Amino acid sequence: MSESKTFSLPVIGEVNRRTAIKAGAATLGLAAWAVAIKPWFEWTGELDTSDFLQKHYRELAPEELQVILNRLTDEARKETGKPVVVKDHKPIPGVSFAYALNLSICIGCRRCVEACHVENNHDRPSHQSYIRVFEMDKGGINFEKGDATYDHPVPAKDKYYMPVQCQQCENPPCVSACPIEATWQESDGIVVVDYNWCIGCRYCEAACPYHARRFNWSKPEVPPAEVNPNQSYLSNRIRPQGVIEKCTFCLHRTREGKLPACLEACPTGARVFGNVLDPDSEIRWVLDNKRVFVLKEELGTKPRFYYFFDK
Amino acid sequence: MKATGVVNYVRFLRRSLHVATDGGWVFYAWMFVLSAIALVGANAWAVQVRDGMIRTNMTDHVSWGLYIANFTFCVGLAAGGVMMVVPAYLYHDREMHDVVIIGEILAIAAIIMSTLSVVVDLGRPDRFWHLIPGIGKFNWPISMLTWDIIVLNGYLLINLHVVGYLLYTRYQGRTPNPKWYVPFVFLSIMWAISIHTVTAFLYCGLGGRPFWNTALLAPRFLASAFVSGPAFILLVMRVVRVGSDLPMQPGPARLLVQIIRVAAVVNLLMLASELFTLFYTGGAHLASARYLFFGDHGKYGLVAWIWSAIAMNLIGTALFFTPAALRRSTTRVVACVLCVVGIWIEKGMGLIIPGFIPSTLHEIVEYAPSLTEWKVTAGIWALGLLLLTAMLKVAVSVFTNRMSESESAPDSSSRAT
Repeated sequence: MSESKTFSLPVIGEVNRRTAIKAGAATLGLAAWAVAIKPWFEWTGELDTSDFLQKHYRELAPEELQVILNRLTDEARKETGKPVVVKDHKPIPGVSFAYALNLSICIGCRRCVEACHVENNHDRPSHQSYIRVFEMDKGGINFEKGDATYDHPVPAKDKYYMPVQCQQCENPPCVSACPIEATWQESDGIVVVDYNWCIGCRYCEAACPYHARRFNWSKPEVPPAEVNPNQSYLSNRIRPQGVIEKCTFCLHRTREGKLPACLEACPTGARVFGNVLDPDSEIRWVLDNKRVFVLKEELGTKPRFYYFFDK
Repeated sequence: MKATGVVNYVRFLRRSLHVATDGGWVFYAWMFVLSAIALVGANAWAVQVRDGMIRTNMTDHVSWGLYIANFTFCVGLAAGGVMMVVPAYLYHDREMHDVVIIGEILAIAAIIMSTLSVVVDLGRPDRFWHLIPGIGKFNWPISMLTWDIIVLNGYLLINLHVVGYLLYTRYQGRTPNPKWYVPFVFLSIMWAISIHTVTAFLYCGLGGRPFWNTALLAPRFLASAFVSGPAFILLVMRVVRVGSDLPMQPGPARLLVQIIRVAAVVNLLMLASELFTLFYTGGAHLASARYLFFGDHGKYGLVAWIWSAIAMNLIGTALFFTPAALRRSTTRVVACVLCVVGIWIEKGMGLIIPGFIPSTLHEIVEYAPSLTEWKVTAGIWALGLLLLTAMLKVAVSVFTNRMSESESAPDSSSRAT
């Protein structure tokens, strides 16, 4: 080996050849490293300091939250050129939402799927939606024989249709799974996600027994002309890349006294939504008078999404 | 007095760095290749962060893939090192005691690899600080993931302490004070069990995934870790023996083979028990296993993976039972490689992926890792092996007294590790 050979270099002085080669290799290595991670810095994500340091939604003071809502509104207006308003809809005291779906009259037309897609500013290329409709064989509720990718006129003979979306469980496994409390249940029963807090580990997606959660595999693309401008922080504002999202029972509508978009789109009236604490509500009548059931009752998740057959 | 302590320690670190980056041509070639692969992985990850996880082949149906599969295996690798610690400290096996540091060093490298595997799986790595207790919002004790973060980091710290303390005292020519490391060694034994148990609980605690929702998962994880860990250590010991002049007795390796024999049989027995329960009972619980082993609805994506894993594990186990496995033989090396690769597949493509296929609503969406996922995973392995090599170089230099405080001139071990 050649340890004894030395070089005389400016500044550093006498160094042996091995050290000189090592230093050269280390320099080259660092340069290569800088090139390798360059895409990190090309990331056009929301990487300004205020976004990076933003606190958890539930720890924000009202004025702090307002600043964030204003910023999100400004950004959305700049990007879309539409009069977007990002609001914050709080749960209404004394309200507990529930949903019921009449399987006897659902025809599987998937208009609810489309309405969800539009209302919630879903990614267009992936045709994302919070609702999946399964074409099921009569004679049982067996998803193994279900088909969510049917492509023919509906309703087909000897089939019935089962739309599935977030069941807004009273005992939600997804909320327990989250390591950072980025998802939680609100007082009206809706399970929400703070898109600015989620780290995108997708443990909640693995934990959900109803395939209700969706991940933003890339930045959602919605043509500006198609953007729904009535947005809310916890629901349908355009999501950042790399975070989880889910059905919120359209809280930006329902907490204003309106009905969910999927219900309004249903041509057969199969969907019933409302406040179960209101004795005069339609949902209450359905729960009291129909033999309703929930999906995967044995898991103990206690869904607030009910199904029933009418005849 | 304190100041000199710090100065000495900094000197120790500097000399360690020197020793860790010095060697023969084989060593330089090895480190160069590993660095190159690590760079390719870093670049692939950076692109993935920029473009989104769309660069992977994961979907909303199969929402975890190669990264979490590799994570699970690496946790097992880290836990497997304990099979050197137990004989060395609980049974006072002298020869094992001399080389136990290899297992502890492997644990450090493996934990770093498993942690990186989770980091690259995050959609928003920039928000990593949300996970830090006190600063972020740590959903402990509810979320099993928070438990996993605690046990993995704890295990890393314990092993860093034990390895660092033993190497430094040896370097100083002092006898290590048992008070400062024996309690930590015993803690590390229990902790090793906990890391793989908690990692199993991540999966088996999910009621919506029947394929994972079995009480046998944690014991199976441990049994397979006590095969893959010692098998990997045997390979590392072989490299150290051939590539350095650290005295290696045949005893420890022989004991590791004995341990593997028991653990491999227990692992296969539990697998058989699991398969019997699934296939004899049938019903919805069977769906994932049916897809995994035989394909379903004309989709066969995992069939080749699982059968090659089963074949490797069976052949590897059989080879470990031959008398040749107790000697320094090619048979032993082949058996180790077969079991390591077999368990890597079984814990990953054979366990994590089928948990998602069919989905919770019984849709069959297949998954095969994308090029990005392979690059990133290879990068993590390269970085892990790089760290492992560097740490082993230091350990060998200290244990052969080539690097010690008494002789001050920085020297270099001329042989490649």
